[in-house]
Amino acid sequence: MCHLRKVFAERNLVMPSDTTALQLVLSGDPALFAIVRLSLYVSLSAVVLAALIGIPLGALIALTQFRGRQGVIVLLNALMGLPPVVVGLAVYLTLSRSGPLGAFGLLFTPGAMIVAQTVLVTPIIAALTRQTIEDLWIEYRDELSAMNLGPVGRVTALIWDARFSLVTALLAGFGRAAAEVGAIIIVGGNIEGFTRTMTTAIALETSKGDLPLAVGLGVVLIAIVIAVNALAWTARRAGERLAG
Amino acid sequence: MRAPASELPIEFNDVTVTAGSVIILDGVTLTLASGAPTVLIGPNGSGKSTLLRAAMGLLAPSRGRITWGGRENVPPLKRAIVFQRPAMLRRSAAANIHFALRAAGIARAEQARRTDELLELVGLNHLADRPARRLSGGEQQRLALARALARDPAVLFLDEPTASLDPTATKAVEDIIRAVSERNIKVVMATHDLGEARRLGGDIVMLHRGRIVEAGAAASFLDTPQTAEARTFLAGELLV
Repeated sequence: MCHLRKVFAERNLVMPSDTTALQLVLSGDPALFAIVRLSLYVSLSAVVLAALIGIPLGALIALTQFRGRQGVIVLLNALMGLPPVVVGLAVYLTLSRSGPLGAFGLLFTPGAMIVAQTVLVTPIIAALTRQTIEDLWIEYRDELSAMNLGPVGRVTALIWDARFSLVTALLAGFGRAAAEVGAIIIVGGNIEGFTRTMTTAIALETSKGDLPLAVGLGVVLIAIVIAVNALAWTARRAGERLAG
Repeated sequence: MRAPASELPIEFNDVTVTAGSVIILDGVTLTLASGAPTVLIGPNGSGKSTLLRAAMGLLAPSRGRITWGGRENVPPLKRAIVFQRPAMLRRSAAANIHFALRAAGIARAEQARRTDELLELVGLNHLADRPARRLSGGEQQRLALARALARDPAVLFLDEPTASLDPTATKAVEDIIRAVSERNIKVVMATHDLGEARRLGGDIVMLHRGRIVEAGAAASFLDTPQTAEARTFLAGELLV
């Protein structure tokens, strides 16, 4: 702690105090809560879109045999570690005025941030879904084949029965989206009151030396991630108790 | 009642099934006709499970023909199978049966009534809402039987349905098999248990190394086996 104080003093920065950060949160500071709302809107929208793409895609890869399937699985797993700044750059180029989707005018809007996070989260959900569905398919294959179920019936049954495991995939996706800063700062621009999220605000406020706001946002971000995980875990436990 | 003529007889004509270079069924010729249960016996790896899967239509022969009621490639709409380790869907006991009824295309209005009937038949109505995976081994086997019967099959294949069950659970399963057989459903089952073969079998087919070594009516086969392999097996000696 003494070392930290010395560093802050040397750099002429304000030392964060727990009270200041906490007061900011407890006072219901409108700027802070606008940032929190936008962050949740962007990250949850990205997770929903990524789930709509990633779950069927993962299930499709799990249940179909095709040439190069192993290569696709390796690629999908590798894409889970996509560098956010590279995704940000690619989405920036795609959405910029001269890019293929420039006509939509999405750059520097929350929409662009959702697109970037969807690109980041989709491989995570697809790869984890593929593994989950494939494991369950090995267990169910004989039964579902004997019931003469068609492809749609099989996929529906597998996704439904894997629903509690798939919550983990969604949580992993949400964790990635909520913690991400590199991509959204490029495509969103960190515009105050419009595209500023918790992570971009923390980066900005830290660089400006306004550490109480940064710490306050950090506390809120961690609290949200813990709350969402706790909620999902509770729902999963309750569901497993009822369904087995 | 159903129309067994659409599925029976099931005829194997010189059927060979291979997995890679391994021959699992080797030139099997067999007719499964309507009537009392047919019991498949033989040591591990003799091809009993593969024969059941082929008869169900889950495995295509590498050589030879299988016909159902004189026709090839008949979809298994009136056939059902209970595997040795049936997978329980992650739902309640009743929902497992409901799922099978939906898969069989049973009208929605009938599903609840049929579910209750089947649960009662296998003695699980008091456990309808319990997650299927939390049932005991014997209860899971009975639920798997109910799920198979949801298809209203003309032929029911059972792969070692009482393996690893205690005597009480075995009796419960055997009672259901008798009840099923009395409903004019053809039962074809594999077992290791010679006592069970005697209790349930109308006909016995003995397999060894993928070939049929002997077949006949249960009483005569068990009392006066004709082949050396059958005598060795029935004497409880190791047949390798």
